[in-house]
Amino acid sequence: MLALDFSFLTPAVISGYVVKGFIFSLQLTLIAMLGGVVLGTLLALMRLSGRPWLVMPAAGYVNTMRSIPLVMVILWFFLLIPLVIGRPLGAEISAIITFTLFEAAYYSEIMRAGIQSISRGQVAAGYALGMSYRQTMGLIVLPQAFRNMLPVLLTQTIILFQDTSLVYAIGAYDLLKGFEIAGKNFNRPVETYLVAAVLYFAISFSLSLLVKKLQQRIAIVR
Amino acid sequence: MPMIEMKNVSKWYGTFQVLAECSTQVEKGEVIVVCGPSGSGKSTLIKCVNGLEPFQQGEILVNDISVGDPKTNLPKLRARVGMVFQHFELFPHMTITENLSIAQIKVLGRSRDEATERGLKLLERVGLKEQAAKHPGQLSGGQQQRVAIARALSMDPICMLFDEPTSALDPEMINEVLDVMVELAQEGMTMMVVTHEMGFARKVAHRVVFMDQGRIVEDDAKEAFFGSPRSERAQQFLSKILHH
Repeated sequence: MLALDFSFLTPAVISGYVVKGFIFSLQLTLIAMLGGVVLGTLLALMRLSGRPWLVMPAAGYVNTMRSIPLVMVILWFFLLIPLVIGRPLGAEISAIITFTLFEAAYYSEIMRAGIQSISRGQVAAGYALGMSYRQTMGLIVLPQAFRNMLPVLLTQTIILFQDTSLVYAIGAYDLLKGFEIAGKNFNRPVETYLVAAVLYFAISFSLSLLVKKLQQRIAIVR
Repeated sequence: MPMIEMKNVSKWYGTFQVLAECSTQVEKGEVIVVCGPSGSGKSTLIKCVNGLEPFQQGEILVNDISVGDPKTNLPKLRARVGMVFQHFELFPHMTITENLSIAQIKVLGRSRDEATERGLKLLERVGLKEQAAKHPGQLSGGQQQRVAIARALSMDPICMLFDEPTSALDPEMINEVLDVMVELAQEGMTMMVVTHEMGFARKVAHRVVFMDQGRIVEDDAKEAFFGSPRSERAQQFLSKILHH
């Protein structure tokens, strides 16, 4: 039987090691979500534009990103950028940029499905009222696509939150890293990894329950 | 100068020809009804008028502006041409008031107050003033289509296009929509209407255009069309839809 001892995890230890990492994990999740959705929507519009010079680069980008393991993208970006710009980028900044670029590929597939779920008649109605492409998309199509896809977008964000733990590869200080360091310092790695797992589970599971609630509410409005 | 003039319009989907050398015109204040069997190209034809569908040959002039000319500012032209769709196409994420005002604000540059006032006035005209705060999904099909007509009118169109406006409606709702259209016609609105409602055609149409297999087979004054259509195809069609 394992002799587990959690007594070292005092509020002082938590706030000293874990809170900083937790805040970064949240920051990373939120920025990558917002940036990813914006960039992903642009990629989706490019792919649906019907113009080869927009479709091909967007499709190439999305398919490439979706075919490479995230941890490799994180590593390569972290290692290559200093060679390109001539100076190292902090692990945290590097992680934020990488996640935004990577998640954009996944969000773009969701937004593409969302845009395609809106009937062509809605687009025709926008045009028939004299709206430009930009107005028709911005006022008519995207708000509806976004609303239809909100549960899926949020589910993807929960996955994103879990994936932020992969920044361990470049040593960024996130939630997991906080627990890891605390575990090393107090020589209690099993306990800290256990608590970390429970925390990731609690956050992700309660968020997915929220998404389920939201889904039902949207269904009723429709 | 006619309000709408089509000259030898042809259109293909790949190698399949959907419109063949279609020519007709709609004078200012005139109401023309376009009918024909399904797949005859009538919906495609009306969508070419405001450039929702491109066409490869021929010319369409609306108020003397060429629709097919790449230099034409299509959004500007479409803003003046009202269109009503078979499936209403109200914007489901907006209230009825927002549906009526959004294009006035974003396209015509009217103030929110002005656009709302104009929208509500038109909503009252189609008898739906009480529904202003609702969303389209809360209205019946007939009510939605009347809102769609009001939305098109809110742009102060120079002419109106109707693409099978009653085909998606339950029978008991057809008349409430047709009544609004008859009133519009009697007020002198220039209208091009794709419909099978021959009662509407008899009541207000000036001319009837009959299409078959992408061609305009008949283009006659209403009296002549209902009296004795020249083509056999139109005779068959009429006997089918008038005696069922």
